Amino acid sequence: MKNDQRYEIRFSGSGGQGIITAAVVMADAVGRQNNRYVCQTQSYGPEARGGKSKAEVVISDSPIDYPKAMSIDLLLAMTQAACDAYFFDIRPEGLLVVDTDLVEQVPTSRAVTIPFTRIARELTGKELVANMVALGAVGLLSGQVELAGLETALMKRVPKGTEKMNSLALQAGIDEAGKIDLSLLPRSVVSDWADD
Amino acid sequence: MKSESTSRVLLQGNEAVVMGALAAGCRFFAGYPITPASEISELLSLRLPEVGGTFIQMEDEIASMGAVIGASLAGVKSMTATSGPGFSLMQENLGYACVAEVPCVIVNVMRGGPSTGLPTSPSQGDVQMARWGTHGDHPIIVLATSSVSDCFSITIRAFNLSEKYRVPVIILSDEVVAHTRESVALPGPDEIRVVDRIAPSVPPEWYKPYGTNNRGVPDMAAMGSGYRHHVTGLIHDEKGFPTQNPKEIDQFQRRLHEKISKGFGEIQVIKSIMMEDAEVCVIAYGSVARSALRAIKEARNQGIKAGLLQLITLFPFPRKAVDSVLRQCRVAIVPEMNMGQICREVARVNQTGTRIVKHNRVDGQLITPEEILKYLVKV
Repeated sequence: MKNDQRYEIRFSGSGGQGIITAAVVMADAVGRQNNRYVCQTQSYGPEARGGKSKAEVVISDSPIDYPKAMSIDLLLAMTQAACDAYFFDIRPEGLLVVDTDLVEQVPTSRAVTIPFTRIARELTGKELVANMVALGAVGLLSGQVELAGLETALMKRVPKGTEKMNSLALQAGIDEAGKIDLSLLPRSVVSDWADD
Repeated sequence: MKSESTSRVLLQGNEAVVMGALAAGCRFFAGYPITPASEISELLSLRLPEVGGTFIQMEDEIASMGAVIGASLAGVKSMTATSGPGFSLMQENLGYACVAEVPCVIVNVMRGGPSTGLPTSPSQGDVQMARWGTHGDHPIIVLATSSVSDCFSITIRAFNLSEKYRVPVIILSDEVVAHTRESVALPGPDEIRVVDRIAPSVPPEWYKPYGTNNRGVPDMAAMGSGYRHHVTGLIHDEKGFPTQNPKEIDQFQRRLHEKISKGFGEIQVIKSIMMEDAEVCVIAYGSVARSALRAIKEARNQGIKAGLLQLITLFPFPRKAVDSVLRQCRVAIVPEMNMGQICREVARVNQTGTRIVKHNRVDGQLITPEEILKYLVKV
C-alpha cells in the first residue's frame, strides 16, 4: 500500500529504554529540514517500566495521511521480544538494526548488530544513553536526516547537565554505524539467497 | 523571509490543543491528570501563569468541572481536559453548564473503555456519551480532531463557538491524535479570529441575565462587574430565578435548542475530499479519518471512484452534508473504533436506501488503511 515517498522507522524495545525519546528526537530533526513531513507515533503499556514499547517515525516529501507505519524500512530492536514481535512488519528490502547483546537470535542476515548498550556503558558509564547510541546509528543508516540536525534536536530535548554524555553517545552510534557497509548485506530480509 | 523549516515546530496533538486554547484566549484550567490527556494539564500548568492565567489541579473531575464553570461565570475563558473515566464524572456539572449557558471547553481524549478500560489505547467509544452523557434534553456541540494542526484550529473554533452560543463545547480527541507528533507551522496571531462573549450594554438595573434577544443568546455579564446575576441549575426565568410557569419553561427550553439550530450553517463543519465524482465514500472522523484518506487515495490508484467525508462536527450531526453524499454514492463505509456510534446517525439520515457498511474495531488498535481499502474494493 506504499506508493509515495514514505520512509518508515520503528524504534522498539522495553519501557524505560528511552525508545520514545529517541523517536521524538529523530522526528524533531527531520521536521527541521525543508519540505520534509514527519509524523511520530507511539504505543506503550500502562506500566512505567518494562512492557513492550514502540515508537514510529514516518517521513515523507508530501503531507502524511495515515500516521503509523505500514511496512517498515528500518526496524530498531533493543530487546529480543521486540525483535520477535515486529520483525514481520519489515518490508523485504527493509533493514533490521539490533543491540548485539540484547538480541542474541537475529532472524535475518540483513541485519546490523551493534552493542548499543555496551558502548553506552563503556563510553559514559551509563547504560541510560544506549538509546542515543542507537539513534546515531539509525540516523546514519536511514539516510533520512542531516546528522548535524540530529545533534541540534537532541540538545534541545535532553536535561541540563547531560548534554555532553548524550552528545558523545550519539556520535559513538554514528561512528559505529559508519563502519558498516550495507552493500555487503543480502538485499532482502526474507531470504538470503533470493538474489541467486 | 523566514524559511519553512524555522517556522515549523514538532508538536504533539495534546500540545497543539494547549497552543490553540491560549491563542483563543483561554486563561483558566482546572483538571485532574489522566492518561492520555495529561500532557494538556502539564503544559498548561507551565504556560497559563506566564500569560496571567490560572491553573488549578482539583481533587477530582467533578470539582474540576465546577471550577471551570465558576471561572467562566467570572468572565474568564475556561477549559478542562480528561479521558473517559474523568468525563463520566464531569457529566453532572456539564449539564449545569448547559442549563446555565456557561461557555466552556471540555477536551475528552478518548481511550479504551468502559471503566478504566485500556488507558493507553485509542478508542472512539465516547461519541454518543459526548452528545447524551448528561441528563435532560440539552443541546451541545461536539467536535472531533484528527491531526496536530486540527488540534490547534479546532480548539480555537471550540472556544469561539462556546463564547458565541454560550454552550459547552466538547472536543473529542483520541490517544492517537493526542500523542502523534508532527512538524507543523501554526498560524500567527493576526491570522486567528477570536470570538468573545457579548457583555451587556444596558445599565445594570435593566439587565436580565437570561433575557431573550434576536440571537437567542443572552448577553453575559461577568460576576463582579456590577450586574446582578443569579445562576441556578433549575429551569429559570429571564432574571435567572427558578420558575414553574409552563410558558416560561417552554420558552427557555426552546430557546436553548434554537440558539444552536439557528447556527447550524456555521457549527456543522465537514471536510470533503475527492467527493466530486465519488461513487463510494467513507464517512469518518478523528484519527480514523487519516486511515480513510490513505485508503481512498489507494482506491483511486486502483481506478475506484472513492471519496471521503470527514466529520469535524459530530453534534449537532451534520445531516445536510451526510444526506447529500448518501444521495450521491452507492455505498457509504463508516469505519469507527467503537461498535457503530456515528454509523447509527448516518443510518438515521439515510433517506435514499444507500447501502451503509459498518467497520468496527474495538481491540485498542487504530483502524488501518488496508482494512478500509478492502471494503472499497469489495463494494
